[in-house]
Order: sequence, then C-alpha cells, then structure tokens
Amino acid sequence: MAVDPSAHDTTKAPNAPRWGLYGRLSVGQKRTIWAWTFLAVPILFYVIIRFYPTGNAMVLSFQDWNLLGARTWTGLDNYTRLFSDPVFWQVFRNTFAYLLLGTPISLVISFVIAYHLDQVRFMHGTIRALYFVPFMTSAVAMAWVWRWFYQDVPIGLFNNLLATVGIPQVRFLNSTTNALPSILAPAIWAGLGFQIIIFMAGLRAIPRTFYEAAKIDGVSTWTVLWEITLPLLRPTIVFIVVLSSIGFLRIFDHVFNMTSANPGGPLNSTKPLVLMIYQSAFSSFDMGYAAAQTVVLFVVLLIVSLIQLRLLKDR
Amino acid sequence: MHRSFRTPLAALATSAAALSLAPMAQAQEVTIQYWQYFFEARVTAMEQLIENFEAANPNINVEMTHFPLADYRTRTAIAVPAGEGPDVVQLFYGWLNDYIDEGLIQPLPADRFSADMIQSEFFPMVNAMERDGAYYALPTAVRSLALFYNERILEDAGIEVPTTLDELVAASIAATERDGAGNVTRVGLTTGMTAQDHHWFREVLIRQFGGEPYLDNYETVNYDTDAGRAALDFYVGLQTQGATQSGFMDEPQAAFRSGRAAFHIDGSFRIGALEGERGLRWGVAELPSGPDGAQSNYASYWVNAITSSAEGPEYEASVLFMEYLTSPEAMEIWLEVVGELPARVAVGMTDEIANDEVFGPFVRGLEYAHTTIFADESAQRQVLVDMIERIQLQGMPPAESLSVAAAAEQAILDSYFAD
Repeated sequence: MAVDPSAHDTTKAPNAPRWGLYGRLSVGQKRTIWAWTFLAVPILFYVIIRFYPTGNAMVLSFQDWNLLGARTWTGLDNYTRLFSDPVFWQVFRNTFAYLLLGTPISLVISFVIAYHLDQVRFMHGTIRALYFVPFMTSAVAMAWVWRWFYQDVPIGLFNNLLATVGIPQVRFLNSTTNALPSILAPAIWAGLGFQIIIFMAGLRAIPRTFYEAAKIDGVSTWTVLWEITLPLLRPTIVFIVVLSSIGFLRIFDHVFNMTSANPGGPLNSTKPLVLMIYQSAFSSFDMGYAAAQTVVLFVVLLIVSLIQLRLLKDR
Repeated sequence: MHRSFRTPLAALATSAAALSLAPMAQAQEVTIQYWQYFFEARVTAMEQLIENFEAANPNINVEMTHFPLADYRTRTAIAVPAGEGPDVVQLFYGWLNDYIDEGLIQPLPADRFSADMIQSEFFPMVNAMERDGAYYALPTAVRSLALFYNERILEDAGIEVPTTLDELVAASIAATERDGAGNVTRVGLTTGMTAQDHHWFREVLIRQFGGEPYLDNYETVNYDTDAGRAALDFYVGLQTQGATQSGFMDEPQAAFRSGRAAFHIDGSFRIGALEGERGLRWGVAELPSGPDGAQSNYASYWVNAITSSAEGPEYEASVLFMEYLTSPEAMEIWLEVVGELPARVAVGMTDEIANDEVFGPFVRGLEYAHTTIFADESAQRQVLVDMIERIQLQGMPPAESLSVAAAAEQAILDSYFAD
C-alpha cells in the first residue's frame, strides 16, 4: 500500500484523539501500519511453517542426526556420500525419466483430447466430467487398483486378458525395464483431467474472429492449428508444463504404493528422489543424508522452474 | 506490627494447606505413561494387563497411549529424547541399540531382573537385550516362523505335510496348478524376500546348509561362503524347479489366504488374520529341517523398556509395571488375546501350549530360534531382495549376486557400528 503524502494534511481530522505515538501518525502512516499488521500474518506463517524448516533442513544437510541423539557436524560428508552413491545417480535418472516422459506425453494427450472435446457438443459436460474424475480420486487408491491390474495371472486384469487371447504374460511391475513406464501410466492418467480443463479454458479464450478470418482465407485445418491455435495457447502450455514438471519431479504416491513391498524396486528402477529421501529419513533414520537429498531436489526444482519462467518471459 | 504480620501469615498457611491438600491425599499415588503402537488385539490385551496391575497396585495409575505403527517409530524417537515421552515404552527389539547408545532407556535393576534369572527362565533369544551384563528391556511375547499349509490342497493332491526341505520342494511341485498356457494359477510354496523369506534365508537356510550367517555379534557378514551359496542355490532352485513363483498374487500372505497356495512360511502374528478367513482350512507345522536334519528358526519381538525420563516414584512404579509385564500371568493373557508366544520357557513349553495344533509348532521353534541383530532392518532386507532380483531379472550368477549382497550388507553394518 503506497503512502500518499497529500493525504497527510487534507484528511487530518481536527478533533482526532491525540493520545500516544499512534495518534500523532498521519493517516497514510496508519494505513501502512495496518497493511503491515495484516501482512504480518501470512509472513509469519511462511517464516515459521516454510522458511524456518527449509533453513533448518539446509543446516541439517551438513550434520549427522538419527533423530534420537544430538546433531553432529559432518561438513560436506553427506554430499560427498550422495554424489558417490550409485543409487543416487540411478534415482536421479529415474526422476528425470518421469519428468521427460511424463510431461510431454501428458501434454500431447491432454491437448488432443481437449482439442477434440472442444468441438464435441454431444454430452460435452458428461465427457468432460469423466475425464476429470481420476484427478479427484485418491492417488493411493488408484495406485493400488493399478497395481492389481498389473499382476500376473490369475489376478491381474491385463495379464488375464492377454492370457485369454493366448499372448504370453507381460511382467509389468516385476521388471527393471517395464516398471517405470507402468507406474508412470496411471500417474499421467490421473493428471489428465486437470490439464484438459485448463486446455479447454485456453481454447475458449482464443477469439473466434481469428478462425473466421482463417476460414475466409481458405486455410487448411493444420495451418489453423499451427499458426493460430498453438501460438495463442502458449501461456496455457507454459502453465501446464511448469505445473506438471514440478508434479513429475516430486512423484511419490504412485511409486510408493505400487511398489510398497519393495519401495522403488525392482532394483531401484522406479525409485524417484522423493522416495529415496523418505527412505533415508523414515526407514534408515539418516536425517542428515535425507536433508542433503532434499537440498539437491530443491536446487533441481529451482533450476527447472527458472528455465520455465524464462520461457514464459519470452512471450 | 505483630497483628499485621500474623494475618497474611495465617492466610498464607490456609492457602498453602489448601494447595497441598490435593498432593497430600495422593502422596503415594503415581501415574506412569505407557506407549505402544496400535494393533487392536495388543491394545485390548494391554488394557486388561493395566487393569490387573492397577488392582494389585492401587496407588499406581498407568495411562496408555498408542499410535499407528506407521509413525510409531518416528513419534517415539522425537518424544523420548525431548523428555515428553512415556515412562515405559514398547520398542521393536531392533531399535534398542540406538536407544541404549543415546542413553534414552535405563537398564533394568539387577536385583529384580538378574541376568541369571533371565538366562534361565526366558527363551535364549532375549540375550539380544543384554549389554555389558545388564538387560535393558524384556519382551512379554515373542514371534517365530512356521510353515502354514492349506489342508484342502494337501488332501486334493494327496500330499503329506513336509518335514524336510526336500519334501517341501517335492510337495510344492506336486501342489502347483497351471492353466493351458503354463501360467501358474495355484502356487506350491509362496516366496518373497520382501515378506518373511529374508529371515528364513538368513537364520534358517544358511544355518541348515552348515553356515553361520554373521560373526562378531552380528557385526560381520559371514554368508559369502559355501554354505551361503548352497542355501542360495536352494532358494533360487525353488523357482527354477517350479515349486514357487515369486510375486505370485502380489503378496505371499494374500496368495495363501485366498486358498491359492499350498504352503506359506510366516510368523505367528499371521494366526489372527488367518483365523477369520472363510473357507480356508489351514494347519501349521514346524519349519522343514535341513539336509542333515538341522532345525533353525527366526524369532523377533517387541520389548518393553523403562525410559530415562522415569525418575523417583515413577521409576519405582515403572519397575513394578515391568515386573508385571514380564510375569507368567501377563504372558498367558497376551497369548490368549494377541496370539503371541510367551517369552518365558516355563509358560511357553507347557504341554498344553507346546502340543497345541496352532501354537505348538511356533513354540517348539523358539527353542532353536535365532534373533538377528539388525543395524537397519529395512536396508538389510533390501540387500537380500536385490540379491534375488539381480538373479531373476538380470540373470546374474547366484554366487556373484551373493558376494555383492554380502559386501553391501557389510557396508551397512560398518557404517552403523563405526559410530
């Protein structure tokens, strides 16, 4: 709230009580005080709930702590151990595999669906709602249902279908190569509904006149898509990319629940960074090591977000 | 002067009397806090124990607090060092090292819990609770492994309950059913290192093939040996011979509960879950013996311990409560309500229990059971899970995978015991 110097004299009421320091302040100054008083609430909240723990985690990443005893300083030990840990690099690759597969695939699928759904009039609302349902479903419940879909004969839906048509079973989760895509699939599916809604809002925001002009000029559908729709959807696309990238970099629920007996397995092939942090902290009680991983995740998220914000600026 | 001095003094005296009245009346009354994790039968049993204990000790109140198992470890680990925790706490035996190292639990007083008494009256695996001649904690009940079998499948296939590993393999192969395409629809033996098999492998198979899984009080891995390789070959052979299919129906216990597995190795804590299963007729046998008839078992337990925050009257009350929790009476109640086995030989090895159809095989197993002292149980389990997956998913030769596993587990132990 800006302080308006002209307010100083004009609004000074002659009969205003003049007690104390507060009474001697101008209206503008009082406004500023009130503004800061109200702002203090969210600021305090963020400082106590967000910044203090964040700072504490950064300090902790240079310490050794098992939650029971005292914290001891270990310098860069946690980081050197982390960067020389082959599991960490595997996990790092997995995290980016989730990001680099998940973001573009979900973007393309949700755009294709939204683009066509936008042109459908028949049962439009119902279809849109159907796409949105997975987004509202608990990730844990969904992960378990998919986990069972993926099982072998006799309980797995997919393998039972394959077996009835005489195709050999596919090892979905119990495979170092198939497991990650198998876990990614429901995660993508779960996020589609939200992305479709955002895309449709973006599509609706494009003025009809552009399409009418294109029609008069007799431009092909592809050209309309490439020259009008996609460029004008750019802010929507950037928004979805930023949001879904952060989501895939922080993927946890799906992986943890679909591999809960062997978290991030088999052989760490599905383990994302967040799951490694969770295990270091709450199953090995190696808090300092977990904090070091958290700092690395923080830096990665920061870099990815900065790159994407840069792209947003170029608009 | 005299008067003005007396009035406030009198007032002070009355209010002081009023203030001290409450504590005076309860001078001998002590309230102690007890924590355990939430599992319905355990809570019911503990309520019963507390009621009996309070009846016998009218001046002591025991307040029980329980949390879900999922955050029990974290919450006790935060509360106990902060001094906010309980006076008597239930801990998994594997966490005890950390609590002793940090001075968070007190040794049990030697005059009431003498080492001689414990060694002669309790099952031998409670030795893991001893440090420098003092016992830090004691269990009420213990759990061991046994072989569950599906009676209906055994009758259908005309199989006897196996008593040796060779018989187990043959019986499992005979009990397996497949569909036209060769997919397993009913498994012989359930397996999964993620379940109880890592205990079976460590403490049972390796020993049965002539090995000693660890040396130096579980600080040195000792299974990268001929015995370890023989045990691993046997375990991997279960799958290659068709006696099992790892990952069948996702979880071993699920396959057994749904009647799609003939044999299942699991702990005594599974009894309660199986008892209510409709249409499932099951029995229990001791774990099959090894090639030269050797028997072994793995036992684990939750212990009760007195924390460092118990002092003075609370400490005295806690000691009394510990005595009751480790008494034969408490063990009988625990067996009846929770289904876990008594930790005292005299209570567990009565004819009635040792010959019980369900409890018998578990209790008999306790006599030759071993307890692994874990540094980080989930990490050490993961080592064995990965060992099998390298063989089954990546085709690594078993001997090589075993060496990798032994090195990985040794690294975990080294970093833990180094501090």
